[in-house]
Amino acid sequence: MTTREFLRFAWTQLTAMRTALVLLFALIVAAIPGSLGPRVLPQRPNNPVLVREFLDAHPTLGPLLDRLGFFDVYGAPWFAAIYLLLMVSMVGCIVPRIAVYARNVRAMPSGAPRRLDRLPQHVAGETGRTASEALDAGQAWLLARRYRVRRQAGELSGERGYAREFGNLLFHVSILGVLAGVAVSALAGFKGSVIVTEGAAFSNSLSQYDDFTSGGLFDRSSLAPFTVWVDRFDVEFERGPVQRGAARQFLVHARVAEGLGEPVAAKLEVNTPLLTRSAMVNLIGHGYAPVVTITDARGATAFSGPVVFLPQDGNFTSLGVVKAPDARPQRIAVEGIFVPSQSRAGGTGPLSTFPAPDNPVLWGTLWQGEPRAETGRPENVYSLDTTGLTRVMDGADPASFRLAVGETHTLPDGSRVTFDGLRRWAKLQVSDTPGLPIVWASVALGVLGLLLSMFSKPRRVFARVTDAAGAAPRVEVGGLDRVDARTGLAEDVAGLASALGLRADAAEDDEAGTGREEHT
Amino acid sequence: MTGFAYYSSVAMVTSVVVYLLALTAHAAEWASARRVEPEPGSRARQERLEADLIRVDRFGRVGLAMTVIGAALHVGGVVLRGLAAGRPPWGNMYEFVTSTLAFLVVGYLVLVARGRMRWLGLPVTLLLVLGQGLAVTVLYVAVAPLVPALHSVWFVIHIVAAAVAGAMFNVGGMASVLFLLRTRAERRGRVAGYLRRLPDAEALDRIAYRAAAFAFPLWTFTIAAGSIWAQFAWGRYWGWDPKETWSLVTWVVYAAYLHARATAGWKGTRAAWLGLLGVAAFWWNFVGINLLVSGLHSYAGI
Repeated sequence: MTTREFLRFAWTQLTAMRTALVLLFALIVAAIPGSLGPRVLPQRPNNPVLVREFLDAHPTLGPLLDRLGFFDVYGAPWFAAIYLLLMVSMVGCIVPRIAVYARNVRAMPSGAPRRLDRLPQHVAGETGRTASEALDAGQAWLLARRYRVRRQAGELSGERGYAREFGNLLFHVSILGVLAGVAVSALAGFKGSVIVTEGAAFSNSLSQYDDFTSGGLFDRSSLAPFTVWVDRFDVEFERGPVQRGAARQFLVHARVAEGLGEPVAAKLEVNTPLLTRSAMVNLIGHGYAPVVTITDARGATAFSGPVVFLPQDGNFTSLGVVKAPDARPQRIAVEGIFVPSQSRAGGTGPLSTFPAPDNPVLWGTLWQGEPRAETGRPENVYSLDTTGLTRVMDGADPASFRLAVGETHTLPDGSRVTFDGLRRWAKLQVSDTPGLPIVWASVALGVLGLLLSMFSKPRRVFARVTDAAGAAPRVEVGGLDRVDARTGLAEDVAGLASALGLRADAAEDDEAGTGREEHT
Repeated sequence: MTGFAYYSSVAMVTSVVVYLLALTAHAAEWASARRVEPEPGSRARQERLEADLIRVDRFGRVGLAMTVIGAALHVGGVVLRGLAAGRPPWGNMYEFVTSTLAFLVVGYLVLVARGRMRWLGLPVTLLLVLGQGLAVTVLYVAVAPLVPALHSVWFVIHIVAAAVAGAMFNVGGMASVLFLLRTRAERRGRVAGYLRRLPDAEALDRIAYRAAAFAFPLWTFTIAAGSIWAQFAWGRYWGWDPKETWSLVTWVVYAAYLHARATAGWKGTRAAWLGLLGVAAFWWNFVGINLLVSGLHSYAGI
C-alpha cells in the first residue's frame, strides 16, 4: 500500500458513518468523568479548592489523574482530540454531500424507471383522455403540490422534499458555526470578577479585578472604562416554614457611569445583568463584610473599615482576616468568624442558624508581632501569613473574643478591637463574550435545519401514459418515499392517477411492492 | 395546607389510584390476550376466540377510560398547584415530575385519539403509576416561592421545552422496548399473545424514530434556551455543570441514534438499544444528577 493509498484509505474510514458513530460514543464516554460531581471527581475550573483537597487525600492516585487531565476533562487534550476528529469526520462527510446536493438541486428529476409496478405504490388502468391531455393534467397536479416535474415522451417524473437534505446539511454546518462562536469567545473575550462592598464602587480597569482571564487575542489595555457603584444591596431569605432560609431576593441598587458620563441609576439582579456598551455585569455571589476598627496600644486607629468575609455554609458562617500592619508598637491581626444569626442556645461556639443578620456576632482570635518592613508584595487578603506573629494568649489558651455589634474587646497591651457593624458585599462578574451572537445564531439555524430535515417529505412519483392503437390510453402511476416514517404516499399516487383521468373502476390496485428504500 | 394546594394534592394522589386501576386493566388486557391464538378449529372454537377477543378489547377500553379520568385529575392537580404557587408549577423535582408526566399523558391521549396507539397503554400507565407514585410519596414538597435564579422568562421556555422533549423521549423509549420484544418474537417465529396485537416491528421502529425526531430539535432548543438563561443568570453560557454535561450527553446519544438508524449494521435492534440508552441518559440526568451530584442545578432537588 503506498502512502497515497493509505491516506485515501484513512480518509475513507474517518469519514464513514460508522466512524462517526464510534466517535460519538467516545465523546459520550469521555464526557462522563467530568460530570460525576465535585464529591467524586472535582473539576479545576469549577472547584479548584476541592481538587487541591483531592490531591492531598490521594497522594498516589491524585497526581496520576492530574497528569492524565482528569481534573479538567473538558480542557484535556484527549477530549479535544475526540471532538476535533468528530468535526473532521463530519466535514469530510458533508462537503461531498454539499457538492452532490448543489448538483441535484439544479438538475431535473431523473426519468421514470422502466417497471413502475416494482415501486412501493403503484396503480394502473385506462384513461378517457388523450395522452397529452392526461400528461398536462398530471403535470399541473404535480406542480400544484410543489413537485419539481420533468416531462418527456409520455412520462412524468415528479420529485419533492429537497428541503430535507438542505436542512440536514444546514444543521451540520451550524455545528461548525457553534464551534466558531465558542472559539471567537475564547480568543477575543474576557471574564473577571470582583467583590464590591455596599457603599463602594468598581471601575473597569485591570488592577481592580480579583481575578481576570482573557483570550489570546484580547488586548488587556483595551478595557472600556465604566464605573459601577454598589449603593445598597437588598437580600431576603425565606422566613416561612417551607424552605426556610432559601434565597428569595438579591437586588443591588447601583449607579453606572460609562466613560466620563453621568452616573445612571440601575438595578442589578441575578437574572438581570447590567449591560454596558462593552461588557455584561452579572451578580454572581454575595456575603457579609463586618466593619471593624482596630485601635493600637498608643490609642491611634490602626485599621477601620469593612472586611470581606467568605461564606462557608448555607447559613453564611463566614471566615475572614482583619490585618492592622500599622498598629504600634506591635502589628495586630485578627482571624475572625462572622456569624449572621448566632445561635442563642447556651454554650455553643460560632453557629449560624439563619442566613440573614438577625443576631450578628464576630468571633476571633488575635495575633501580634513586630512591625514588618513594607515590601509591596501582594498578599492574600483572606488568609493570614503568621510568620513573625505570635498568638495572643489568655493563660494557657489562645485569647479569643465574641463581639456583638458595638462591642469592643481589649487586648492585654491595651489595644482594642471594635465590631462597628456590617455591610453586605456583592460579587460582580464582568465579561465580554463576543462569539455569543455567532453561537446562538448557529443554534437557531441548526434547529431550523433539523426541523426541515425531520419534517419535509422527500418523495418521487412517476407516471407513464401509453397510447394503445384503437383503445383508450393506458396509465401507470408509481411512487416511492426517499425515507421511511412518512405517510401519504398512497394518497399522492392515487391523486396523480385521478388527475391523469384514470378510471376508478379500471384501476388495478397493486399492493405488491412493500420494500421501502432506507435513507442514507 | 389550604385551598388550591390541598385540592392539588388530593387530585394528584387520586390520579395515582386511578392510573393504578388503568394499569391493572391493561395488564389484564395483555394477560387475557395470551390465550387468544387463532388456530384452525371447529366453529365453536372460532366463536370462543371471538368472545375472547371482545373481552381483550373490553379490558383495553376500560384501561383507556381510566387513563382519561386519571389524566383529568392529574392535569387538574398540576394546574391547581400552579394556582397555589402563583407561578408555573415546575420549580422543584416534585413539580417537574408531575408536569412532565402530565405532558406525557396528554400526548399519549392525543396519539390515541388520532390513530390506533392504544397498544402503548400498558407501558404508559406503568410509567405513570411509577412516576406519579414516587412524586406524591417521596418527592412531595409543600408549595414555596422560587429562588431568584429562577425568576426569568426562561423558566417557562426552557422547562416546558425540556418537559415536552422528555415526554416524547419516553414515548419513543416505550416504542423501542416493544420493538425489541416484537423483533425477538419475530426472529423466533413465535409472535404470540399481545405482541401479535402490536404493530409490526417496522412500524414500531418508525414510531420510535418519529418520537425521537420530534423530540431531538426540541431538546436542542432546550439546551440552547438553557445556555441563554445561564448567560444571564450565571454570567456564562456553558460551564460543564453536571446537568449541562448530561443534557449534552443525552443529545449526543440521540444524535448517534439518528445516525445509527441510517447506517447499515446499526439500524434495527442496535439503533433501538441506542434509543433506550438515550432515555436512560435523560432519566439519569433528571433523577441521578439531582439527587446524587451537586451542581448549579441543585435547587432542582427535592
